Amino acid sequence: MPNDDLSGAWTPTPRDNHSSRGRLERVLRSGRFAVTAELNPPDSANPQDVYDRALVLAQVCDAINATDASGANVHMSSVGISALLARAGYACVMQVSCRDRNRIAIQGDILGAAAMGVSNLLCLTGDGVQVGDQPDAKPVFDLDSISLLATVRRMRDDGEFLSGRKITTPPEMFLGAAANPFAPPYDFRPVRLAKKITAGAQFIQTNYCFDLPRLGEYMARVREMGLHEKCFILVGVGPLASARAARWIRSNVPGIHIPDPVITRLEGAEDQKAEGKRICVELIQQIREMDGIAGVHIMAYRQEELVASIVEESGILAARRLTAQAGAPRTGRGRHLGD
Amino acid sequence: MYFVRRWSVRHAGKLSRVYRVFEALLFLSTPLLKLTGFSRLERPTRFIERGAKGLLFDCRMCGQCALTRTGLSCPMNCPKEMRNGPCGGVRPDGNCEVKPGMRCVWVEAWRGAARMGDLETIAGIEPPVDHRLWGRSSWLAVARERTEKKQAGDAKR
Ligand code: SF4
Repeated sequence: MPNDDLSGAWTPTPRDNHSSRGRLERVLRSGRFAVTAELNPPDSANPQDVYDRALVLAQVCDAINATDASGANVHMSSVGISALLARAGYACVMQVSCRDRNRIAIQGDILGAAAMGVSNLLCLTGDGVQVGDQPDAKPVFDLDSISLLATVRRMRDDGEFLSGRKITTPPEMFLGAAANPFAPPYDFRPVRLAKKITAGAQFIQTNYCFDLPRLGEYMARVREMGLHEKCFILVGVGPLASARAARWIRSNVPGIHIPDPVITRLEGAEDQKAEGKRICVELIQQIREMDGIAGVHIMAYRQEELVASIVEESGILAARRLTAQAGAPRTGRGRHLGD
Repeated sequence: MYFVRRWSVRHAGKLSRVYRVFEALLFLSTPLLKLTGFSRLERPTRFIERGAKGLLFDCRMCGQCALTRTGLSCPMNCPKEMRNGPCGGVRPDGNCEVKPGMRCVWVEAWRGAARMGDLETIAGIEPPVDHRLWGRSSWLAVARERTEKKQAGDAKR
């Protein structure tokens, strides 16, 4: 086990000023409260299915996330969706998971995506294959989210692959990562966030938040460590369709923590779907008041049609319009990454 | 063995001290190792390393040991082979997303690091695994690398 010299610390040199200045990055840097939303990928080869879903999201969000076989279920690939979206002029966040492809495939995909106009990337480890529709698949996990971040950063900033081979035109990417403040070990989570930032993360989209006190504790530590000034944190939210769905999600989808009071509240409601939406709106409003948070990421699984009204009702956009009229970012929300 | 592995992490403080002594001994004997020839030693060392670390840590012989940086909890026992911290799927009881009957190796690692009194090292970034090194001795690799470094240093002087 004497090993300290074997690999040593792998510290990619930080270049905080890098910017690809896509729409998402511009909004975040301007200090406006950002909104991103997840597109449910179609099980089809028809581009129209992507556009139909994007249309309802695009009116209210700064970027659309294209998931990469999330939950280990096969759907249209994130590269495919991102390319379609970019071609149609939508800002998108391409998610890349380490579960299904090794480093050779991933680096190639990133060049391909950048060539097609993708400028935001979310680096994920990915759920295990056991939760998906094909649990008999071979899990790859050649990289993990952090080594993936460092890899893309090296491609972008140093213009080379992991092997050291040169890239003639490096990919311009605004780099993101996920965070889950709601899974143990809780005191490790902020440390892991710091690691992701060191590895290259410029923005963070968290897992679903249903537990504000837990988020509060996490953010307190994050602020103590000064991490909210080194990256933009977008908190994940989403409407629950019913108490039954919430229970199912809690026990079947890894990493989603739904406290009992939320489920009780849903159960007591006459119209559970409407209540689920109301909870989501309230969460967004409360999250917005929390210090150090740069935006929300809405994941409305199979309920995309709700996203626009959730955003409207939360009042975020109205507040943004006011900010724009005043001509200055609200104090405390303006953040300038490295500049 | 799972219960031995957990015992090792529970005693990460003491064990890591023992290991440090062992490490010092290994480096002291490097000239001897070099004289014998590293490649000739690969097989016997691999055998001993596999036995000792297999028993104590359920070592998988990835050939690029990270144990001292992961609270003596072997990250290669993670079904996703995560080497930089826990995934987001850790269950509320601290067990693994993929194997519900197993404690997440990173929940263990965090505890082990605390017992070793070092929460700094675990915050460092690990490079991707070099898959060519599977099955090889990482002890020998370190000893060899030290010698080479030293030689390079001597040559410069
Ligand atoms: S829960 Fe822990 S052991 Fe299981 S896959 Fe995630 S990081 Fe690995």
